[in-house]
Amino acid sequence: MTHSLTREGGPATVPGLLAVDLRSSPRRGEQVALAALRIASVLTVLVTVGILIALILPSIEFFRQVPITDFLFGDRWAPRFADASFGVLPLITATLWTTVIALAVAVPFGLGAAVFLSEYAKPGLRKVLKPLLEVLAGIPTVVYGLFALSFVQSTVFRDWLQLETGAFSVLAAGLVMGVMIIPTVASISEDAMSAVPQAMRQGSSALGANRMQTSLRVVFPAALSGIVAAIVLGISRAVGETMIVAIAAGGQARMVTGPLEQGQTMTGFIANAALGDSRVGSIEYDTLFAVGLVLFCITLLINVISIRLVRRFREAY
Amino acid sequence: MSLLSRGIGEAISAASVRGRVRGGESSPRAIAFLIALWVCLLFGFVFLVTLIVTTIIDGSNRLDLRLFTEFPASAPERAGARPAILGSFWVIGTTAALAIPLGIAAALHLEEFANKKSRINRLIELNVQNLAAVPSIVYGLLALAFLSMLGVRDKNIVIAGALALGLLILPVIIISTREALRAVPAEIRQGSLALGATPLQTAMRQTLPGAVPGIATGAILALSRALGEAAPLLVLGALVFVSYDPNGLLSGYTTMPIQIFNWTGRPQAEFHELASAASVLLLAMLLAMNAVAIIIRNRYQRRW
Repeated sequence: MTHSLTREGGPATVPGLLAVDLRSSPRRGEQVALAALRIASVLTVLVTVGILIALILPSIEFFRQVPITDFLFGDRWAPRFADASFGVLPLITATLWTTVIALAVAVPFGLGAAVFLSEYAKPGLRKVLKPLLEVLAGIPTVVYGLFALSFVQSTVFRDWLQLETGAFSVLAAGLVMGVMIIPTVASISEDAMSAVPQAMRQGSSALGANRMQTSLRVVFPAALSGIVAAIVLGISRAVGETMIVAIAAGGQARMVTGPLEQGQTMTGFIANAALGDSRVGSIEYDTLFAVGLVLFCITLLINVISIRLVRRFREAY
Repeated sequence: MSLLSRGIGEAISAASVRGRVRGGESSPRAIAFLIALWVCLLFGFVFLVTLIVTTIIDGSNRLDLRLFTEFPASAPERAGARPAILGSFWVIGTTAALAIPLGIAAALHLEEFANKKSRINRLIELNVQNLAAVPSIVYGLLALAFLSMLGVRDKNIVIAGALALGLLILPVIIISTREALRAVPAEIRQGSLALGATPLQTAMRQTLPGAVPGIATGAILALSRALGEAAPLLVLGALVFVSYDPNGLLSGYTTMPIQIFNWTGRPQAEFHELASAASVLLLAMLLAMNAVAIIIRNRYQRRW
């Protein structure tokens, strides 16, 4: 009997099956407890509302003093100088560079790992390798940042490869960030590929394809929406990452035109600017939230797209 | 299956020898592809091993008792991470006290009592998923704004940091608790209701206890993520010189990641060594937490 008491709405809300509606309980204490639980879940909505209010109110103050065109299209970011300038483009170029470099690392290696785990690895091997890959995602980002600064930038780029670069670079930060994102891309892509029915692979083999052809021409296209969701989630993580770029990409907000240059990302600016004393209500204080609002909108858009795509591929099969 | 594919493979190799069909499992392209996939997989691991090894080597000079007993100082020889270690414990403990009960309550409601088809509850679910993917620094801004609105001047206090981190891991705890609750079979709930229990009694005395290992694992993993976070705390002004032990919810503090960030920002190489040593310590703490979570999952996970 599948008129499940637990399918829709929990055990208490199946009309017609029971003579008594279990939702109205005569026990007073129960009503209080249930109300408390409901309050807890509504609180999560309050968090989002809180984030929006917290970001929008100071931003309104900010945009009263700084015209929005100056903000979005100006190319000099100097909010604390005597002749202050609030063009956000330098922060955006640095964010773009680190994100693109990170994706250039995470997408090929992540997808390669996902194809291997889903198509080639025996179940025993997969059980060992998947958690190991998750370890990459569990390392604190400060430790990655320290590694990017002291080993990748100093030792590898400057000493071993003799590259023309300073103490910081978006390449070092982007590279390390990319490796941090590999598990995100790999894990969701692998879920998507595993969801492709076995019948499709068997049909492909029956027609004479080897595993490489099956993976590339049958499984990959079938799992495409999940793979795109994985990449999009990787983008969101790259844009929102703070510590690696604050440590290794540099603290100077400038228009970044090459991978070996330094720059300050949006997150790097928020982290660095909050170190000083910003009086509540001052323009410096409001600047933090204006940049935070841009960051939040970008990642929100990306996340909504990704969640939609994940839902689609989970339902397709 | 492999017999079949081996048979097909042999037939195809034979056919490719005759020049009719290209491909087969042992064709050069297929082998090159497999090698490329192995490289992709190993790249991440080689990176991880390099990171761990270089951090340990860099910090090996300073991995001694001083790390645990000394306070930060302007001279690197005298510096240690004692307030950071204690501060981490304080902050993570408070975060757990704030986020875990709230997360479990919300998850219980969403999973057991809410009408899953209603638009409001679908919105709440979508909202939780979005919150789980918001950058961590935004939670710092949220805490900053909230505390400014309350008129709190010095935001570098334990309860403020715990607030920011608690909000950060709340969605993660809700999602993992819901998964754990979903794993409890419907028969358990139905049996309890059949014996006359109310839905609340069923949830509190049957479903929730049955899901405890999964909930504990999820909570510990969420806390280990909070342990490694520095960005929200930076926004609250945690990057100050702290040379005392934290002694209450309203006291100043610093945490391990913040201290590492602090030392990394100094120009002297000795401070970088200290940062590496503290990183090793932090990694060891995380390893211990994750090991506990895995042990709980493996030993207490019920097979229904």
